[in-house]
Amino acid sequence: MELIGSLITLFGAIFLFLGALGIFRMPDLYNRMQAGTKATTLGSILFLFGLAIGCYRGLCFWRVLILIIFIIFTNPISSHALARAAHHIGVKLTERSVKDDLKKDSQKGDRK
Amino acid sequence: MKIWKGTLILFLLLFVLWLLLAGTDPQELIVGGITALLLSLQFSSKAKIFAEVNISFRSFYFLILYIFIFLIALIKSNLDVARRVLDPKLPINPGIVKVKTKLSSKLGRIMLANSITLTPGTLTVETKDENYYIHWIDVTSPDINSATEAIVRKFEKYLEVIFG
Amino acid sequence: MSAIIYHIAAIVSLIALFLTFLRLILGPDLPNRTVALDAMTIITISVIGFIGFLTKRVIYLDVAIVYGLISFIGIVALARYLERGI
Repeated sequence: MELIGSLITLFGAIFLFLGALGIFRMPDLYNRMQAGTKATTLGSILFLFGLAIGCYRGLCFWRVLILIIFIIFTNPISSHALARAAHHIGVKLTERSVKDDLKKDSQKGDRK
Repeated sequence: MKIWKGTLILFLLLFVLWLLLAGTDPQELIVGGITALLLSLQFSSKAKIFAEVNISFRSFYFLILYIFIFLIALIKSNLDVARRVLDPKLPINPGIVKVKTKLSSKLGRIMLANSITLTPGTLTVETKDENYYIHWIDVTSPDINSATEAIVRKFEKYLEVIFG
Repeated sequence: MSAIIYHIAAIVSLIALFLTFLRLILGPDLPNRTVALDAMTIITISVIGFIGFLTKRVIYLDVAIVYGLISFIGIVALARYLERGI
């Protein structure tokens, strides 16, 4: 049982590492945020779940459940707030980008 | 009637949170219950957004299905991120596209935006009424209708039943 | 056996923490640094949970919950500051 928990924890740590590598390597802010949000969410969920399996006591499990639900709800919201603020102050997309509908629409709104 | 439904749901949420944190000691249960009741009465005007949840057997069944599909999408999106990050050439083709949703309730729209953020290659940047602006890491269909079909539909049909 | 795997996982997550910290130092401007800080707080929650597992004390999980709440509010406040000033 403890072996299964430790393997789940190891997978979670690998996902955390991939998210951090994505934040380090990606070319612009939005792509960094994509890698950062998704990989750290699943990585921390798996990491904490594996710890809860290894720790036997019931109290431990319920606390970890609260933490997991909390992370699932708050992590996308904070990254959404950051992306919105970044686009509002005009952080540019990378040159490899294809299109930007939001910029077009907000400029149209200014002209009215 | 509607405002009491929201207050009741807020009370149950707070009480379950306290139950998970403090265990089943009777004294602590009484104190937590009174505190949850006072808090939910205090914020009952803000709890109106909880009143849009449809409580029925069918929506419960769809909630279970939704959680299942959401977890599968989360795992898929992580494998996608892993594939892109580990490739030395960084295979990305990013852009911001605009999609529309049919949902009308506020809580449903929040849940839909969160789900879009955690699914493969998409990140919600801005929401204006029923329009979502989504940063897509690999734009395959720049047209608004096909982008809606590809990103929004698979969650929308479940959230539509749960939140109306 | 399982203890060794738990420790390897902790080392891997600490390397991840170091990479995000590097982005926090190198980041060309304030929004990029905030993104790195956001990822750092999530990884730190995991590391706090691991410390609780190592010392066999449940109280560290409470610390992790409160840390997550405060960091969430901090990130949202930073985003508001970026958007329109204080």
